Amino acid sequence: MDGYQFTLAGTQLTALPSGALYWEARNLLCVSDLHLGKALRRARMGEPPLPPYETRDTLTRLESDLRRTGAATVICLGDSFDDSAAAGHLPDAEKLWIAKLQAGRRWVWIEGNHDPGPVDLGGAHMAELPAPPLTFRHIARAGQSGEISGHYHPKVRLALKGRSLSRPAFLIDSDRVILPAFGTYTGGLWSDDAVFTGLMRRDALAVLTGAMAHAVPMPRGVQRP
Amino acid sequence: MLARADDPATLLIAPTGGGKTLAGFLPTLADLATGDHAGLHTLYISPLKALAADIRRNLTTPVTEMGLPIRIEDRTGDTSSHTKRRQRADPPHILLTTPESLALLTSYEDAPRIFAGLKRVVIDEVHALAESKRGDQLMLALSRLQALCPGLRRVGLSATVEDPPALARYMAHGNSPCEILSADPGPEPDIAMLATAEPPPWAGGGAAYAIPAVLDQVRRHKTTLIFHNTRAQAEIFFHNLWLANDDALPIGIHHGSLDRVQRERVEAAMVRGELRAVVCTGSLDLGLDWGDVDLVIQVGAPKNVKRLVQRIGRANHRYNAPSKALLVPANRFEVVECRAALDAVRARDLDGEARGPGPRDVLCQHILIRACAGPFNADALFAEVTGAGAYATLSRAEFDACLDFCATGGYALRAYDQWQRLQQRADGDWQLRDPRSARLIRMNIGTIQDTDTLKVRMRRARGGKPLGEIEEGFAATLTPGDTFLIGGQIVRFESLREMVVEVSRDPGRKPKIATYMGTKFATSTQLSARILQILAAPDWPDLPEPVRDWLHLQRHVSQMPEPDSLLIESFGHDGREHLCIYGFAGRNAMQTLGLLVTKRMEETGLAPLGFVATDYATLIWGLEPVTDAAPLLAPDALRAGLDSWLMSNAVMKRTFRASAMIAGLIQRNTPGARKNGRQATMSSDILYDTLVKYDPAHLLLDITRQEAMRGLVDFGRIEEMLTRVAGRVTLRRLARVSPLAAPLFLEAGRMPVEGAAQERLLAEESARLLAAAGLAP
Repeated sequence: MDGYQFTLAGTQLTALPSGALYWEARNLLCVSDLHLGKALRRARMGEPPLPPYETRDTLTRLESDLRRTGAATVICLGDSFDDSAAAGHLPDAEKLWIAKLQAGRRWVWIEGNHDPGPVDLGGAHMAELPAPPLTFRHIARAGQSGEISGHYHPKVRLALKGRSLSRPAFLIDSDRVILPAFGTYTGGLWSDDAVFTGLMRRDALAVLTGAMAHAVPMPRGVQRP
Repeated sequence: MLARADDPATLLIAPTGGGKTLAGFLPTLADLATGDHAGLHTLYISPLKALAADIRRNLTTPVTEMGLPIRIEDRTGDTSSHTKRRQRADPPHILLTTPESLALLTSYEDAPRIFAGLKRVVIDEVHALAESKRGDQLMLALSRLQALCPGLRRVGLSATVEDPPALARYMAHGNSPCEILSADPGPEPDIAMLATAEPPPWAGGGAAYAIPAVLDQVRRHKTTLIFHNTRAQAEIFFHNLWLANDDALPIGIHHGSLDRVQRERVEAAMVRGELRAVVCTGSLDLGLDWGDVDLVIQVGAPKNVKRLVQRIGRANHRYNAPSKALLVPANRFEVVECRAALDAVRARDLDGEARGPGPRDVLCQHILIRACAGPFNADALFAEVTGAGAYATLSRAEFDACLDFCATGGYALRAYDQWQRLQQRADGDWQLRDPRSARLIRMNIGTIQDTDTLKVRMRRARGGKPLGEIEEGFAATLTPGDTFLIGGQIVRFESLREMVVEVSRDPGRKPKIATYMGTKFATSTQLSARILQILAAPDWPDLPEPVRDWLHLQRHVSQMPEPDSLLIESFGHDGREHLCIYGFAGRNAMQTLGLLVTKRMEETGLAPLGFVATDYATLIWGLEPVTDAAPLLAPDALRAGLDSWLMSNAVMKRTFRASAMIAGLIQRNTPGARKNGRQATMSSDILYDTLVKYDPAHLLLDITRQEAMRGLVDFGRIEEMLTRVAGRVTLRRLARVSPLAAPLFLEAGRMPVEGAAQERLLAEESARLLAAAGLAP
């Protein structure tokens, strides 16, 4: 399996180039911040109608990761839907697609700030999921360890010989992993934001997504006196 | 002007300083002097806010002195919301405004009342507006006003242009005539190349060699404007000028990236006559009459004859004194280009690129603006829009596609039936589904394509002094400790916090990173043709000796590029194979040609490593020698390349972003954007990639392809070149670097070939950073 392998709380995990996290020992795949139904939600609010293909694109990439890993458990780490009504507004074909992906697997929707209530789709719905020695929740909490979370959509930018490159990235240290957003229509928060300076240890790594997973020391904000 | 007061449209062409603005207002003043007009009578539109304010002062003085009962006010982005509300309720007789503020006014439901009684519109600097989408937006807004006020008369004020009838058609309404009045152009300008002790260098754009001679000219004149083509070059030149300014002559700098307060300070000092020179860019191309400028210096090849003539006109605003100007070539090749430009100015042979039909992204915005003002009928709007010159050839199908885009997004997948942005009512008229969306549309009116810039501030405990702005892309390449120039001082990059670049003063004398990006003008087609003619001459007695020797050597070891064929040289150098294509199609097109040809070379196993482009040539380096160049330049292959893989290029994404913003798919401004946090904003590249993948025939991609014919991609110039050479490609295999190719080795802006190379760089960088941090990969 290509990807970046690392250990959290004694557990071997793989950060896949797609932005999904794979726990091989449990055959478990975790994705965060799918934001399904975002384009339609924006249009409902009277905003410009974005290209209505993002749910299709996100599910295609998720399906390909499921095929490659053969995962038996899927954890969607919150903000799976752009709002609580978004799941209901999905076109039938996309609801059916999700049901097909769920078939024969354990599927857990962790609730996020965008989608706090239960959804009318298969799978279990939970506030958070303890899976010792790890805990899966939407938003990282200071002082926790063995924690896997999402929410912030971390992104990293690097200067490469005069060119600048930016990619969604995993942030990893000895206490936690923060997953990049998996959804197609998602922006990001730079790793040098004050939020991450507070949450992540000094020796944290960033693993960039893309064609391959590349690890770099997490670019961080400057501490001010 | 008074005799023509009742003509539907008049275009007044006069050099700067001819008093044409006041002439444009004469019929208005005569009309209003009687005091029996209620409400708005005349609109004045200018591309510059400062110009609107200036004209208000200049008009108010004589009106007050003569005791005329006329109210004159300006309205721009700087006007207070209180004043704006009052102006809507009770419009002045004469309103001075900008295209964007006018478009906003037409978006209000009470627009018919605001503009009731409007008789005349005066469009200043119409030559400049006509070259940009701001002009297209203005003409669409005027088509709306024409429907509200059928008797509306138009007056356009323009500097010298190459094709006055085309400009007249652009600004007239429908088929109604537009008379052209040309003022006496005045005496011939006194224009020459600056003589320097040292010859210009082989490459580069800094013109540092000319600093002593330029300072000498500044000393001998009252006030000198020193024009540059890019902001970065202006910064470097200003820095070097100060290092050599032993007499401490008061010299300022002015360009669009500087903080507004700093710019206004320089402008005020200039008006008071306190400055001996201002180093500037296109930010001073238009606008105010400034003090006693008696010399204009153009540093770097002028690239475009029309702009040069307009810049020269900035010197000596007294009407019958000749303008004085000096050209300073930055390198040896630019000596030839300056020579060609001098010839063109003397022959009064101006250049201009035809702009093509009215851009549809601007039309989409216009439709949304129209919807904000209330329900509209599609047939009536189509009739209005085609009354604007640039949109005269717009087909009904094209219009309907734009309307569909505004209403439903125009996607192949009809996903928004319930949630359309515009809805058709029972009577067939269109209206906003959610009236609240009007606010978002109004907040995003305008077509000015500001690149993403970040503010630069001195680092202080409580928000330091603002210095100006740099491009986000440039900021992202900086690492703490890097030094660069802004506002004439060297600063050290400290950090990027909340989208503000924090810097500190640096005591050094030389910045580490001298340039930031920014648009580079491409040499015009006409000027390129003149350069090719000069190069084809048997000898060059009027060029400086070092340049002459250089050209003779080129003819001896290789050959000269010719107007009716394409010269390509191939040679080994420094362990690499090189290919030099003398296309003379301008910098942007030569850059695109580099992208397309290296892609072809990669496909055919010629292993290209990178390339660099200038206005006249593209130099490619790689591992294999090219023995047959014709297949690389086959027109069909190049066009196919544009359609397929070039679509995924960053330049196309930038082009898309601009059009998507103008057409209203993505927004620059959203209410409460700061509150939501930055993770809410998604890159427009994602939308672009999604459309390319799932909806390749979408309107916005079509518009993007059309835009790619001009601007940054400029594929139209490649087409022109292919037509010019008509398949006549000459490949010369040489033993070593040719004299014309040599300067290209010193050019900045070398592009690595994208793709696998980028992943390799990233892998190396990852290993290096991990090792540096003492971590195992």
